[in-house]
Amino acid sequence: MAEPTLPIIDIRNVSKSFQLQGQKIDALKDANLSIRQGEFITLIGASGCGKSTLLRIIAGFEKPTSGEALMWGKPITEPEPQRGMVFQDYALFPWLSVRDNIAFGPTSRGVPKAQAREIVERFVEMVGLQRFADAYPHQLSGGMRQRVAIARVLANEAEVVLMDEPFGALDAMTRERLQEELLEIWARTKLTVVFVTHAIEEAIFLADRVVVMTPGPGRIESDNPMLLSRPRDIASPEFNAIRREMSGKLHSHHGKKAA
Amino acid sequence: MALAETSTSLPAGGAAATAPSPWPERLKSLGLALVVPGLLLVFWHIATTRRWTRLIPTPYETAEYMVDFVAGGIYNDAFSATAHIHLLASMSRVFGGFGLAVLAALPLGLLIGRIPLARQTLDPFFQLMRPIPVTAWLPLSMILFGLGPRSAFALVFLGAFFPILLNTIFGVKNVDPKLFEAASMLGCKGNAQFFRVVLPAALPSIFTGLRLGLGLAWFVIVVGEMTGVPQGLGAVIMDGRTLSRTELVICGMIIIGIAGFISDRIVVAIGNRLLRWSPNHHG
Ligand SMILES: Nc1ncnc2c1ncn2[C@@H]1O[C@H](COP(=O)(O)OP(=O)(O)OP(=O)(O)O)[C@@H](O)[C@H]1O
Ligand SMILES: [Mg+2]
Repeated sequence: MAEPTLPIIDIRNVSKSFQLQGQKIDALKDANLSIRQGEFITLIGASGCGKSTLLRIIAGFEKPTSGEALMWGKPITEPEPQRGMVFQDYALFPWLSVRDNIAFGPTSRGVPKAQAREIVERFVEMVGLQRFADAYPHQLSGGMRQRVAIARVLANEAEVVLMDEPFGALDAMTRERLQEELLEIWARTKLTVVFVTHAIEEAIFLADRVVVMTPGPGRIESDNPMLLSRPRDIASPEFNAIRREMSGKLHSHHGKKAA
Repeated sequence: MALAETSTSLPAGGAAATAPSPWPERLKSLGLALVVPGLLLVFWHIATTRRWTRLIPTPYETAEYMVDFVAGGIYNDAFSATAHIHLLASMSRVFGGFGLAVLAALPLGLLIGRIPLARQTLDPFFQLMRPIPVTAWLPLSMILFGLGPRSAFALVFLGAFFPILLNTIFGVKNVDPKLFEAASMLGCKGNAQFFRVVLPAALPSIFTGLRLGLGLAWFVIVVGEMTGVPQGLGAVIMDGRTLSRTELVICGMIIIGIAGFISDRIVVAIGNRLLRWSPNHHG
């Protein structure tokens, strides 16, 4: 191939500012990020550095104040099924059963009934919720709800899955299990994942690239390829070395923020 | 290949919460519910047989009168065996006025909650009208609709209208914005969101409004029927007062209480069925 392949997501000089009580807040300043299909990207940084803002711009929920966000070279103007968001607080439809939550996307897009049912069963099984397929969200544990949220975007043929601290509210054991399940799903499909997290270990464990962001104004500080082979052992010396390096990058800017 | 291990433990609030409670539990709660009415009945009995007051008949006399009112055969006066006539008259006004209020308030509430222009034009007006007690409308309603059932009907309509309207607006305005984002990223946009997101999300609140509205309809019917209506439980109560027949007043009150209670239970039962998914909607 002569041409370099087009990035699935391309963030070009994106800035975003909000007006908050008469003050202008630079949530994101001159962000540049190019993501290739199939990559697993984690975004990490202190609170308020614009991680959610960047994710919401990619999703199409927010428009950049300046710069442009592209998918396959075309501007992102609105939320679309090929970019699915997994919210930290799940945002499941409480009046729909697990099955109907997963069916929401396919039926919205007019997929024929029989085919939709088949899709739903496949994804119910993929996330291991067969026994709870008819339960309502309030009857599920947090981990199960997040599985439904993941299945919901996958059933809708999302190419890019955007996850905003999806496992932040879960206990350590559930979190580890979901991380592994997510990696398995990702490895089997051509999914592109952009995953926001506060946890350095999680960021390194999952990612092809760890993008470190810093606050005040929100910036992309560094973009770090993770060359560790998978599956990764969080107790290995190599993992620890990278953890120390990332931790250094994250914390070197705290002083700057306070000043 | 299932990637996730199938979880084996049922989370809290699963089947256990929806299983019917065992019989001893039910009997206990029924017994507890009857404690206060029972004590009241005993107090009533003592107060009237000991002649602390002569203005009120004893429970026994009242019960006897109730039988006559419902089935006749004891006193055989103008009111004997007429309970069903009055009950039906009141019920037709309560459910008629309530039904009309639903037809008017529900679409209006959805409109005001959803469309800013409708909210800006209509909401201030309704907020101004709302503090006026329904009973204050009685004279005007009598002037407009004349003495008689139509005025009672109008009052019931007004009484039920505002709770339904306000709760519908509240429900529609308070849909979690995340759900709109979730719907639009899943391919459900614009007007399609109305039926797939707004309506179901607002349903608990709408049901609260329906329940309050129906309660108020029963509340208002008595006032509405107190003037110039020949039939109806409110008329019976008023007649009982003018004729100094306290037992008639009490019988009318009891029947209204029971009818209101049953209609409330029916709404709650329908609500519980439609809102099975809601963790905090079990009336
Ligand atoms: N809708 C909004 N209106 C006003 N300000 C906003 C809005 N959304 C975000 N901001 C501001 O933008 C900045 C970045 O917010 P953002 O949510 O992207 O941070 P974050 O990195 O996700 O933080 P956290 O880790 O705490 O979730 C913050 O200062 C926040 O106050
Ligand atoms: Mg955030």
